[in-house]
Amino acid sequence: MPTTSDFDLDRAWDLHPQVSVRPEPFGALLYHFGTRQLSFLKDRGLLRVVQALATAPTARVACRTSGVGEDDVLRYTRALAVLAQSSMLIERQPSS
Amino acid sequence: MTGKTGRLVDLFELGLDAPICLTWELTYACNLSCTHCLSSSGRRDPRELSTAEAKSVIDELEAMQVFYVNIGGGEPTVRPDFWELLDYATAHHVGVKFSTNGVRITPEAARRLAADDYVDVQISLDGATPEVNDAVRGHGSYDTALRAMANLADAGMKNFKLSVVCTRHNIPQLDAFREIADRYGAQLRLTRLRPSGRGADVWDDLHPLPEQQRELYDWLVAHGETVLTGDSFFHLSAFGGKLAGLNLCGAGRVVCLIDPVGDVYACPFAIHDEFLAGNVRDEGGFAEVWRESELFVRLREPQQGGACASCSFYDTCKGGCMAAKFFTGLPLDGPDPECVQGHGESLLAGRREVPAPSGDHSHRGAASHPVPIVIGSRPPVSACEQSPLAGARVR
Repeated sequence: MPTTSDFDLDRAWDLHPQVSVRPEPFGALLYHFGTRQLSFLKDRGLLRVVQALATAPTARVACRTSGVGEDDVLRYTRALAVLAQSSMLIERQPSS
Repeated sequence: MTGKTGRLVDLFELGLDAPICLTWELTYACNLSCTHCLSSSGRRDPRELSTAEAKSVIDELEAMQVFYVNIGGGEPTVRPDFWELLDYATAHHVGVKFSTNGVRITPEAARRLAADDYVDVQISLDGATPEVNDAVRGHGSYDTALRAMANLADAGMKNFKLSVVCTRHNIPQLDAFREIADRYGAQLRLTRLRPSGRGADVWDDLHPLPEQQRELYDWLVAHGETVLTGDSFFHLSAFGGKLAGLNLCGAGRVVCLIDPVGDVYACPFAIHDEFLAGNVRDEGGFAEVWRESELFVRLREPQQGGACASCSFYDTCKGGCMAAKFFTGLPLDGPDPECVQGHGESLLAGRREVPAPSGDHSHRGAASHPVPIVIGSRPPVSACEQSPLAGARVR
């Protein structure tokens, strides 16, 4: 399992362009058309963070603007690390 | 997997806004007559969806964000509009994984498939040798499948699937299947033999023997996530540890089937009126069938374990496969006919009434699979008779 040190919260991230997100009552489903992998976001808070990544200068800011409390940042970082490891998330240039 | 709230399997039991795994059988027409065909395919049904109707189903799937469909049949590639529908689906963000016996996977078709990121192919093969395969799938079908795999590999298609239905004759060949898959750069996919369709007629003779179930389970555990199973074998979880995958009967919750005439069933193994939820031609279309049909709403209610509730393995096997129970005439709230704790065997032994099929598209008359014949043993009329018709009763 990836750890929080595998994910740099202070960089800019985005969903991989081949990933589709489908919100569900429990959170969301993610599907990567390139790797044909399915993944799950098990709460709506994480979905908000993932959706905020594209326009936030860093993942940390995306967490903050999505209402993630300080106590929960570690848990969300771990979740983002899992998504990055399976190529669901990719780093992006902050300017773009 | 991420987050903290509950197990995914518990969330899925309540159903989803759209299926994760949707099987769509495009036609009942097939060049083969496999003895265990789930959908009793052979002849096209005159009521099959038209090209325009099929495209409007794809439009609906796009709107519902169904990521991909598993297309099958029959043999889907014999539909004249197959490639048109494939292109239409991928252009509308619906990925396609289709199952084929390989008959139309020419070098040209293979190149086309290899160039499309949104398409995956499953080649069906039920024996690692022609003898074992062709006994079930028909003469020449082994060669057809291997030729298709060679064409795909030559075209540069990576990681397509070699799809095997596990029977008592091919369980000893699991390593050989793995070698075939490796040879063509394919990934092995093993699924369970269901007593559905024509499979009901051969299930008693083909389903794995109890000791083979253990062999299969150990093999799956040893090979982990490198072998796909379509979550087929969750009934084997009662051997001990869980297998990779969700280990859940997804019927009507995360899975369903659209058949060639647009009927929507709870799962691909349950083509029977008992599991018919509606039709995509109904006013509300597929979305309304999925979200509101009385059958699917009922399947999403919390399940009681019935006769299995007191079993210590109920939490992992969940009583097994609904379709397998139904088509062998066992109660739906009891054990799976292949329950590895042996609870199904005594029920099977007291022969029960098996439900009559509600549809059949098998080829009529001459079948393309081997038919046993007996050479007559008429004694000669006399040792010296020269007429070739001597003794024949010509009417």
